[in-house]
Amino acid sequence: MGKWTRRGFITAGVLGGSALIIGVAIRPGNRATALSGLTTEGSESLINAWVKIDADNKVTAIVPHSEMGQGAQTALTQMLADELDANWEDVSFMEAPAEDEYANWALGKGFVLGDTPIPKIFAGSVDGLFIQVSKAMHLQITGGSLSIRSTGVYGMRVAGAAAKEVLKEAAAKEWNVKTSELTTDKGIIKHKASGKEAPYANFAVAAGHISAPRSPILKSPDQFTIMGKSKPRLDIPSKVDGSAMFGVDVVVDNMKIASIAAAPVFGAKLEKVDTSDAKKMPGVVKIIELENAVAVVAEGYWQATQALAATKITWSKTDNDQLNSDAIYKQFDDAIIGALEKGETNTDISTGDSDSALKQGKVISRKYRVPYLAHACMEPMNAVASVANGKCEVWTGTQNPLGCKYDLAAALDIDASNVTVNNYFMGGGFGRRSIADTAIQAALISKALGAPVKLIWSREEDTQHDHYRPAVVSHFQAALDEESLPTAWLNQYVDKHEPVEAPYIPYSIDNQQISYVDSPTHIPFGPWRSVDHSQHGFFTESFIDELAIEAKEDPYHFRQKLLSHHPRHLKVLDLAAERSDWGRPLGKHQGRGISLQASFGSIVAEVVEVSLIEGKIKVDRVVVAVDAGFAVSPDGLTAQMESGVIYGLTAALYGDVEIEAGKVKQSNFDDYPMVRMSDSPVIETHIINSMESWGGAGEPGTPGTAPALANAIFDATGTRVRKLPVSNYDFNIEFIEQNEV
Amino acid sequence: MINFKINGKQHSLDIDPDTPLLWAIRENVGLTGTKFGCGISQCGACTVHLNGVPVRSCIIPVAAADGAEITTIEGIADESGLHPIQQAWIDEQVPQCGYCQSGQIMSAVALLRDKPDPTDADIDSAMSGNVCRCGMYARIKRGIKRVAADSKAMVSIYNPTNGEAKESDPATGITEEVQHG
Repeated sequence: MGKWTRRGFITAGVLGGSALIIGVAIRPGNRATALSGLTTEGSESLINAWVKIDADNKVTAIVPHSEMGQGAQTALTQMLADELDANWEDVSFMEAPAEDEYANWALGKGFVLGDTPIPKIFAGSVDGLFIQVSKAMHLQITGGSLSIRSTGVYGMRVAGAAAKEVLKEAAAKEWNVKTSELTTDKGIIKHKASGKEAPYANFAVAAGHISAPRSPILKSPDQFTIMGKSKPRLDIPSKVDGSAMFGVDVVVDNMKIASIAAAPVFGAKLEKVDTSDAKKMPGVVKIIELENAVAVVAEGYWQATQALAATKITWSKTDNDQLNSDAIYKQFDDAIIGALEKGETNTDISTGDSDSALKQGKVISRKYRVPYLAHACMEPMNAVASVANGKCEVWTGTQNPLGCKYDLAAALDIDASNVTVNNYFMGGGFGRRSIADTAIQAALISKALGAPVKLIWSREEDTQHDHYRPAVVSHFQAALDEESLPTAWLNQYVDKHEPVEAPYIPYSIDNQQISYVDSPTHIPFGPWRSVDHSQHGFFTESFIDELAIEAKEDPYHFRQKLLSHHPRHLKVLDLAAERSDWGRPLGKHQGRGISLQASFGSIVAEVVEVSLIEGKIKVDRVVVAVDAGFAVSPDGLTAQMESGVIYGLTAALYGDVEIEAGKVKQSNFDDYPMVRMSDSPVIETHIINSMESWGGAGEPGTPGTAPALANAIFDATGTRVRKLPVSNYDFNIEFIEQNEV
Repeated sequence: MINFKINGKQHSLDIDPDTPLLWAIRENVGLTGTKFGCGISQCGACTVHLNGVPVRSCIIPVAAADGAEITTIEGIADESGLHPIQQAWIDEQVPQCGYCQSGQIMSAVALLRDKPDPTDADIDSAMSGNVCRCGMYARIKRGIKRVAADSKAMVSIYNPTNGEAKESDPATGITEEVQHG
């Protein structure tokens, strides 16, 4: 049996008689922290990494993260393979199944963990960021840009290094030489003095009986041979020939197809259903009533949607049936103003004496707001479920397979051991697929039907029943001293989620008062690529830009002056400015804007260049500088920056989920538009390997795009965009918003 | 009864003639590489070739395909291996989530067949019906230009009168650089 180490638990074993398997698990249970008592079940592991070495020297990395396009599975495999000194051509990966038992195979039961450190980000943000930490213990989540910086650093590398050490030890015994005399290269162990060499596989069985090292020695960056290289992604070949299996592609025996309509006003219940027309339609199998939805089960998807359209549904009345977006924004404004008057805001940061600083300086006040946003994954939400005899099996693409399993168990009131979740490629996740709502619906429909069912949401259902990026209003005040340097920064906003540091600024301003007030609505919300950074990045980087303009300073140089104590940030900012050729004269009706945002352990600066053409904003170019500590796959990090920028641009230019009569107004790509090839800018990514702690990649590209764009639009047009999206502004007329006081 | 050929193979389907071609392909024929994205021809995930023309199969009634030849993502590679566009997609590491890529590739194959050396404007116009939520537009463009450049290079090899010594690299739109420090 293996032993606990400071980092986790490593164990070795033999699988199928001939393969070595090494497991590493990191428990969430630092029982001395605030998480104490929340680890309700002793057997879950939060992070686990595995490696299997077969008799033919093939290496399989078993990764506990799902693939939604971010390329993490390949990067994690690189990390393991490098520490193992494996031959990359012999390496493949598989995704760990959502089974506690799987993890327990090596972990055993009843152990007590000492002081395993939990990455800070886990504390609140693992589980879709808004749900209780206690539930987070059922996680196998892919989110928070965590794969590489947590699983990779604490799991995959350790597993690879531990496997290498036990293999060497086994070889040393067999050859009767010292372990220190052995070297490894591309899956081969060598003993130079005797000239002996043999593949890892020869020692796999013997190694499986050796106690794994407590703390295997990890490579230093100069020893990396696979990490830091842009290895082609292992999942891509299947994504160019139609063979990649997404959740929506799953077919199981005797499966029917379901289409669903949930209550348009969130919180409404099903009151009455008239199925007289629908049930007679061709292919219809059954019409199933759920608490807040109606599902039509048919032989095919089209038949199901046709019959659903012919189903007459009456929903219950709710208190929100008259609510619209304007009322929600007003509620937010009033909540901030009311809380400030009563001194009832919740404090994020309070340093110095902001009130005195305001009295002594030139005061600048601004208000910003951002709307609700849908995730709009290309693959509409779907799940296949089969519920029978107290057991549930689900086939779906989920960012959180273990969480999905536990949520299904709770919804069906059965033990989690009776639930199996089979995970597939996700056609986009962006946070949306961390929530199990569709899988639960599919399971309830299957249970009522008594047969397996594939539930596919229409695009309209997907747009109107998301867990939205929250709309937020944020109010700012600042004071500039006689040298036009900011001396006070006051920021009050509604509704804090995760990560806690999202509204914090890196700039040296002595007196800061950052606080928030809760102002709940009936709109369901959830994590959306970069989570709170998606809103606060826009707010803080727009306001600092406005201060620069008020100070009559160049926005880049203004930021530079305030970053002397943050050399890492400064270097990223400088690189983006330099590579964009900041200061190069631009044409008439052109402009540029800059932003700086640290999130999920990475620092990103963006310069956006725009042109105003016939009253429309055209985004010409985006220059990105990123310091993620170390780029495990430089092309992978580059791809994530490109992706994050386009995701942020779609949101900033067009993204607006409006609430009308309590429900979502937008429904499909015709009224919820996306950036397309024709409006996609040139994106240039520049990477700094600072070798500081490793950061995330999937999310940090997104938050800086909206503010850099808004700042560029101001530079080009004189119009300051304070209410996203940009499409709400008319640039055909000279339109300069009043500075609010 | 609706009769058509998909990827060279004859199919007879006894289904409602109003059924969108997309669902006939996915559910009745069982080829799932063609994807459902929006159902209103706004995203291009369902793009297939109908008698060689790229169409959004989510809004074409299957009756309109009666007697037609249809090509899907599963049918573009020949025996010798991947279609050049598929290879270019791997070389440029285009897909992320990959869900839109069947449709992107079908649009790109049709574009390059009609315009072997497309301009940026040609690419914008042919490809803007295909949404990629992972935002891989620059890589898609590079993939298309890579194939165009390769086919031009082949022309120059086989044409001794071609005075050009070498083809310039296609404009990439992306630079990547790693600084150590």
